[in-house]
Amino acid sequence: MSTDATETRPTDASPDRPGAINAVPVRHPGRWIAIAVIVILAAMLLHLLLSNKAFDWRFVFQAMNQQPVINGFIKGTLLVTVLSMIIGVGGGVVLAVMRLSDNPILAGVSWVFTWFFRSIPRYILLFTMGTLGILFQQGIAFGVPFDWKIIDWLGLSGDWRFYTLDANQIFTGIVAGVIGLGLSEAAYMAEIARAGIMSVDPGQAEAAEALGMSSGKVMRRVVLPQAMRVIVPPTGNETIAMLKDTSLLLAVPVIGELFYQLQSIGSTYYKTFPIAVAATLYYLAATSVLMVGQYFLERHFGRGFGTKAPRAARPAGAGGA
Amino acid sequence: MPLVHAVNVTKSFHHNEVLKGIDLDVDAGQVVCLLGPSGSGKTTFLRCINQLETIDGGRIWVDDELMGYADRDGKLYRLKNKEIAAQRREIGMVFQRFNLFPHMTALENIVEAPTQVKRESKKTARERAMKLLDRVGLADRCNAYPAQLSGGQQQRVAIARALAMQPKLMLFDEPTSALDPELVGEVLAVMRELALDGMTMIVVTHEMSFAREVADTVVFMDGGVVVEAGPPKDVIGNPQHSRTRAFLSRLRSEHEHP
Repeated sequence: MSTDATETRPTDASPDRPGAINAVPVRHPGRWIAIAVIVILAAMLLHLLLSNKAFDWRFVFQAMNQQPVINGFIKGTLLVTVLSMIIGVGGGVVLAVMRLSDNPILAGVSWVFTWFFRSIPRYILLFTMGTLGILFQQGIAFGVPFDWKIIDWLGLSGDWRFYTLDANQIFTGIVAGVIGLGLSEAAYMAEIARAGIMSVDPGQAEAAEALGMSSGKVMRRVVLPQAMRVIVPPTGNETIAMLKDTSLLLAVPVIGELFYQLQSIGSTYYKTFPIAVAATLYYLAATSVLMVGQYFLERHFGRGFGTKAPRAARPAGAGGA
Repeated sequence: MPLVHAVNVTKSFHHNEVLKGIDLDVDAGQVVCLLGPSGSGKTTFLRCINQLETIDGGRIWVDDELMGYADRDGKLYRLKNKEIAAQRREIGMVFQRFNLFPHMTALENIVEAPTQVKRESKKTARERAMKLLDRVGLADRCNAYPAQLSGGQQQRVAIARALAMQPKLMLFDEPTSALDPELVGEVLAVMRELALDGMTMIVVTHEMSFAREVADTVVFMDGGVVVEAGPPKDVIGNPQHSRTRAFLSRLRSEHEHP
């Protein structure tokens, strides 16, 4: 066979053996029109941004540079996003494992939790979190449940409480906001994590069990790392959505929050539009950073999948092959 | 007592009785091949041995240990998951679809169970893993992910992964059925060597030549019962039962007229 190939190379054209293809490509006049339209629109936008006095860029950047605004961005936006996503992802994975367990009580509790927290709009949930202190006027105590009843039956006095928290301090400000957003997020993350776990081939868990791994190890070492590949992209979405939902903290209310602080500057100087621009710039920057983070997470959990050889996978000393 | 001692094993899936009283004894160092048409229950029986399926009746002992239950004064108590996991450590299993962990390299796949389950040091586990990879002829592919390996290479890594736990018994569930024909030989060669080294093996297979050459005992199953069992020269060479003969001739004609 190889001798044939050297005698007549496939590129050697002859009347009965067509050679290399040198065809006229399809023309796309529509593309050129589209490019022209887009260039004109972009120029108009740029002109608008630079020349329209309403933007007042100096004021925008001055407002962005105010210490309360920066604090609001770092604490109210970034910190709350991180903390609520930690509660959300951790809680969501636990809820998903509960939902998929053989134990009907655990599965039921998980279902009810998800149903409840997915049903409440976040704004209303955050408003409610800010008012929950009214339920616990004696504070939140850690100790023996129903201790006053038991003490009453035994004819004793005193209490069996070791530590008491002031509920009005918990259900206020950023703490209330983080709890509310975290619980709400856990309900959504539970569904995402459940889909991820179910996407893993049952043969994987079987192989791990056959090696003598405990069910916890099977989940942590084999199933979840593979589920992460499916879980990470929608979780990136959720994180970006959370970043923006921190602006709802106003409902608790939390005043150390980005948009509230910007608005108060805006109303002091009667400039509302530049304030909206400043907030937009902050959210654009934060979302861009998150998208970069998501890229690296996806690359980490995608290892071993797809055709591209990860750098570490090249066998040592296989230079010539 | 033989290494594997199974008596009157029964198993149903939703009122469909798949195993109808299987008896099987396997001595240490023996190779037993389970043959039979699909749906005969041979894979289910294999999975019952290491408790991937729970049995409905009968008993299975591996190395004098009752699988899945504790027998206290004639009353059976179901073992906890942890105890069942401990029993499985002694039994290696190789699957039809390899089931390597795709997010780990070949080496990591092999090191995983010894370090996570037996708490061996990373160093000793890696050293043994490299020896095992060398034994299956894949030492140069130790850093490859399963997706970068051919089916035959994946199955050889899967065998090495099972051997890393230093099992007393190896179970093979149709280890070559998912492979392209030209890759079957390399996997069978590894299994042949394993048998020569004295590993106790139970192999569900359709590879007649492997069964004839390597097996000490061939067990022919059909419809959830053992139809015929004995040395390969009897069961394959001179089958007594009509169902065995029909199965073997069907297999042969498939080979001659594919």
